[in-house]
Amino acid sequence: MTINEIQDELIEDFSFFEDWMAKYEYIIQLGKELPLIDEAYKTDNLLIKGCQSRVWLHADYAGDRVVFTADSDAIITKGLVSLMIKVLSGQSAQDIMQADLYFIDAIGLKEHLSPTRANGLVSMVKQMKLYAMALNAKH
Amino acid sequence: MIHYDIHNIRSDFPILKAKVNGHPLVYLDNGATTQKPLAVINAITDYYTHINSNVHRGVHHLSQLATDAYEVTRRKLKEFLNAAYEHEVILTNGTTHGINLVASCYGEQFVNEDDEIVISAMEHHSNIVPWQMLCEKRGAKLKVIPINDRGELDMDVYRSLLNDRVKMVSVTYVSNTLGTVNPIKEIVSLAHEFDIPVLIDGAQAIQHMQIDVQALDVDFFAFSGHKMYGPTGVGVLYGKEKWLDKMPPYQGGGDMIKEVTFAKTTYNELPFKFEAGTPNIEAGICLGTAIDYINTVGLSNIALYEAELLNYATNLLADIEGIRFIGEAKEKCSVISFLIEGVHPYDVGVILDKLGVAVRTGHHCTQPLMDRFGIPGTVRASIAMYNTRDEIDVFASAVTKAASMLL
Repeated sequence: MTINEIQDELIEDFSFFEDWMAKYEYIIQLGKELPLIDEAYKTDNLLIKGCQSRVWLHADYAGDRVVFTADSDAIITKGLVSLMIKVLSGQSAQDIMQADLYFIDAIGLKEHLSPTRANGLVSMVKQMKLYAMALNAKH
Repeated sequence: MIHYDIHNIRSDFPILKAKVNGHPLVYLDNGATTQKPLAVINAITDYYTHINSNVHRGVHHLSQLATDAYEVTRRKLKEFLNAAYEHEVILTNGTTHGINLVASCYGEQFVNEDDEIVISAMEHHSNIVPWQMLCEKRGAKLKVIPINDRGELDMDVYRSLLNDRVKMVSVTYVSNTLGTVNPIKEIVSLAHEFDIPVLIDGAQAIQHMQIDVQALDVDFFAFSGHKMYGPTGVGVLYGKEKWLDKMPPYQGGGDMIKEVTFAKTTYNELPFKFEAGTPNIEAGICLGTAIDYINTVGLSNIALYEAELLNYATNLLADIEGIRFIGEAKEKCSVISFLIEGVHPYDVGVILDKLGVAVRTGHHCTQPLMDRFGIPGTVRASIAMYNTRDEIDVFASAVTKAASMLL
């Protein structure tokens, strides 16, 4: 599936939730299910610092594709990280670089991606695109 | 039970009627900033509507009105703090500004290589970093009074840190993270045995208790207007005349000079020596209105009411499974910091926000203190004069709800 197909599917999934609580319960669930990053990658150089919660992000390259694994110490952040990975992981470097992540706004989670939100998520998206750029430059 | 018309007080703060995410706002982030009473909000509009003009300069009518109103605040502050003289009250733009002013000007005059500055383990970054910068510049050493697990200063270690090399003791009155109320009188009198001046960070004390700078015998006392129901962008540095007179000016510019020639400038007298440039006039004037408001309610009433509310909140939260209080000092004020076992404070903050409850989460600008407890941060609720038991009930059940969702 393309990045936008996945985004559209997520938007549809979220449209079934009737209130914020159901939505957050789902995000928390995703956070709990997110395969943990290999402990070996939970190092300071892979740490993205937010003021409040921390995110670890690791990228593997498979051909022209980037495969992300990640973790966070806060469960809601982790759930959101999980959504980002669903959308971007396994996609081509080119597509990741050009991705417009409209689904966050559409599912009503815009505030979590505001640059003033201190949860490290904005920096994570930036970092994901940087990994894609690095791979793209190699090819 | 004291007479305290909470209904009336709440009706003076228009923002308290706000709804957040469909819920009535429960504002428990007062340690970060307090809400403003209508009197202050109106005073801001009045200033711009009727007397806006620069202070200490013009001979024209409006400038005179603005100057008078601005200086009335200084007079009110002198009374509010029981300072000996009006000119010991320096208007700053906040606590951070006041502490930096002392670190810079006192430091330049009195701190040399191998001298020592004493702070405590519970300081806000703004009472750590200015001293660190001074120490780096001067080759001086920063010494830290440790705390026990309840979050109280170790006074035995404090005594042992005092000697003739120490040039300043700078500690907070009330910890913004733990709520600990420190024994300031004792801290000051011990330091004075060695003729060491003491600066008190009063940012979390000034809105909760009566401050008498002469009775405390503090040498410097800094606080912010916006944490005491006043506008943002104005603060106060009280300093004893004997120290302020010996300190060089902070910044150069208008208002702080007596006479300027290209060969030499002579400086204005106190307090203007430390007030270069056009100040935040509107905020300065309206801080006076905030003081009037506090005086009308009465700080001793506020202190009693808030202490009772803090006690109520602490008991209620204690029943929540897995709660761990950070900061359990005998003497506390306004602040409850806690963690829920197995839950990140950020997550709790997000869910509380959804339920209309405003708290602060994170390290509260006290990273060394978080390291001391080995935690990433806390959830902090901080109480002000307008909070109620009903709000505490909503808060406690919101925390329970958050825990059940997150665990």
